[in-house]
Amino acid sequence: MNKILLIIQREYFSRVKKKSFLLMTFLVPTLFIAMYAVVIFIFIKGDDDIKNIRVLDESGVFANNLQNKKNLDFKYISGSYNQAKEDLLKSDADFLLYIPKSYEAKNSIEIISEKKPGLTILGDIEGQMATVLQNKRLIEAGIDTAIINKTKAKVSISAKQLTAEGEKDASVGATFVVGFVAAFLIYISLFIYGTQVMRGVIEEKTTRIIEVIVSSVKPFQLMLGKILGIGMVGLTQFLLWIILSVGLATVAGTLILKSDSSKEKIEQMKNNPDQALQQSDGRADAFLNFSKAADTVDFPYILTTFLFYFLGGYLIYSALFAAVGSAVDNETETQQFMLPITLPLIFTFIIGMNFIVNNPDSPLSFWLSMIPFTSPIAMMIRIPFGVPVWELALSMALLVAGFIFTTWVASRIYRVGILMYGKKTSYKEIAKWFMYKE
Amino acid sequence: MLSIRNIVKQYANHRALDDVSIEIEKGSIFGLLGPNGAGKTSLIRIINQITAPDSGEILINGEKLNSSHISQIGYLPEERGLYKKMEIGEQMLYLAQLKGMSKSEATKKIKYWFEKMSMETWWKKKVEDLSKGMQQKVQFVATIVHDPQLIILDEPFSGFDPVNVEIITKEILDLNKNGATIIFSTHRMESVEKLCDNIALIHKSHKILDGRVKDIKNSYRNNTYRIEFSAHNSDLNLETEIFEILEQKEVEEGTQITIKINDSRNSNDVLAYLIPKVQITQMNEVIPSINDIFIQNVTTLN
Repeated sequence: MNKILLIIQREYFSRVKKKSFLLMTFLVPTLFIAMYAVVIFIFIKGDDDIKNIRVLDESGVFANNLQNKKNLDFKYISGSYNQAKEDLLKSDADFLLYIPKSYEAKNSIEIISEKKPGLTILGDIEGQMATVLQNKRLIEAGIDTAIINKTKAKVSISAKQLTAEGEKDASVGATFVVGFVAAFLIYISLFIYGTQVMRGVIEEKTTRIIEVIVSSVKPFQLMLGKILGIGMVGLTQFLLWIILSVGLATVAGTLILKSDSSKEKIEQMKNNPDQALQQSDGRADAFLNFSKAADTVDFPYILTTFLFYFLGGYLIYSALFAAVGSAVDNETETQQFMLPITLPLIFTFIIGMNFIVNNPDSPLSFWLSMIPFTSPIAMMIRIPFGVPVWELALSMALLVAGFIFTTWVASRIYRVGILMYGKKTSYKEIAKWFMYKE
Repeated sequence: MLSIRNIVKQYANHRALDDVSIEIEKGSIFGLLGPNGAGKTSLIRIINQITAPDSGEILINGEKLNSSHISQIGYLPEERGLYKKMEIGEQMLYLAQLKGMSKSEATKKIKYWFEKMSMETWWKKKVEDLSKGMQQKVQFVATIVHDPQLIILDEPFSGFDPVNVEIITKEILDLNKNGATIIFSTHRMESVEKLCDNIALIHKSHKILDGRVKDIKNSYRNNTYRIEFSAHNSDLNLETEIFEILEQKEVEEGTQITIKINDSRNSNDVLAYLIPKVQITQMNEVIPSINDIFIQNVTTLN
């Protein structure tokens, strides 16, 4: 037992002391915060780049009916089509919108510019023109404009979840994001730390220090010590990320909000969302929904289950990675053994992103969140949607059982593999190693 | 000290050790000799409890081999290896602690050995910064730092330059003098012949010969002598019933003959016969080397 502690210590400190560990620890939260800051910044500042659009309207239907917006400025001109085209190059206008008399024919309306127009601008103009046209036809059909204005409707569904504690806001968007982030983190970290275990095993094998060490400790102790040591490195990394992210977010948040009146703007929007919604266009919608929904997510619960599933998944997969490492002489040979290990991970991730998020309570989702090889990812996607306690308990118990089983299998392969040099290993060979008696 | 009794080790397709028994006395230097693939490393791994035998047992000081013996054995594997990116001092501490030493005790011991081998400045260095010879020295210290009673050295001199071979040999003999039992394992038999008191020859997973080096060699003496004399006369007639000539050749100072003395005659008879005819400059008994004995054994076995 004492020796396992020694091994854990070595594995842990030799990695935590590395420069790359420190770099990753600080870089990731900084990038995360920077991304967050950019989103806030864009939201506050908006798109200041105003596009000047000249409108040559031969039909006369749209003239003065297109509305100037924050980033769109319409100017109506007259003259010939060719003349307008020539003028465009000389002037500082960005676009020329040409509407011929027979505008209702397909593809007859043109937008001309030096550079390609963005999709949002095109969409915006198309939308406005459609509305103008629609209004015109409604009026022609004899419907009062007042009625038209009255019929404009806006629907926003507010999702509520009924639980024993009462009603809760159940924002699907935020749930999806939290589940996605957690599952993605587990997916990525299983690969990162599993590969580290495999590399560590290969390193010991290729440098041949393995023989010195297994003359002092049992191979199983070495394998377990390595897995636990690297697992603790992973936990440390996550913990530092969480602390740093929260810290940096607080600092960055106060800095940005202090800088100008934007704090009031956000506060005002939070307190008075209806008014804010009328004022701004779409973007604020998403932002508000997100910040509102973020409040409804139970972070301590998610965090606890995340750590459990990360650890459980890591222990299962790193044992397999260790077995692969022991079976080969160098990293290039690992390919053929990696596929069966990575396949369930990739499979669950893809299914999770496409199917489980949409059907968190379907039988497939249920079974994927029970099987130990797939549950760390599948369950993390399901958890924000709410999972019954018995399902969670069963899944966790199965995960622990799966970890004990894979570690047992892996250690039987590992103990033989680490002492085999210079032979190309096949699956048959590995099966034979597994059968060797002590 | 070490009794190896009827060890059998079977791998999937071949038997690495077949009923091998060896006794190694306390305080001796023992040579485990044999060509590559004979089963030496398999046996050493079993003594180190890296693998277990299929049958047979090993006793250390009369006690069945168990995990408490790990701290009493020092093992230098044939394939040397250390963590490339770990500081030497830290690495030594780690390995010594794995052998069951306390940290303070290990630190003291390592400092002692580093000083003795003039490696004091290496503590903070990494293995990848050292030359191959230096790495070998580090590895040697790692093998013996915990004061093992039994030191097992697999191909100890491969990769060492002559100066380091000298240093390491001296340290090994010192350790032996202080009571440690040493096992040398090698396929280069001539390299340890002079160091070993006892040897065992292993060939194709069987022990074919063991005992004291002197006794073995004596039993393989066959009255063969090499004589040199200063005469270039090839016409010289040396026909006699005292000995038969196995080989005759011209050398710089004269002629060299290799003879086998016939039974019931001895070296004095040879001299008495030769002295009137030629001037003798040299006469040696040809004692077979362990290598010769090994080859002789293997060929007769086949």
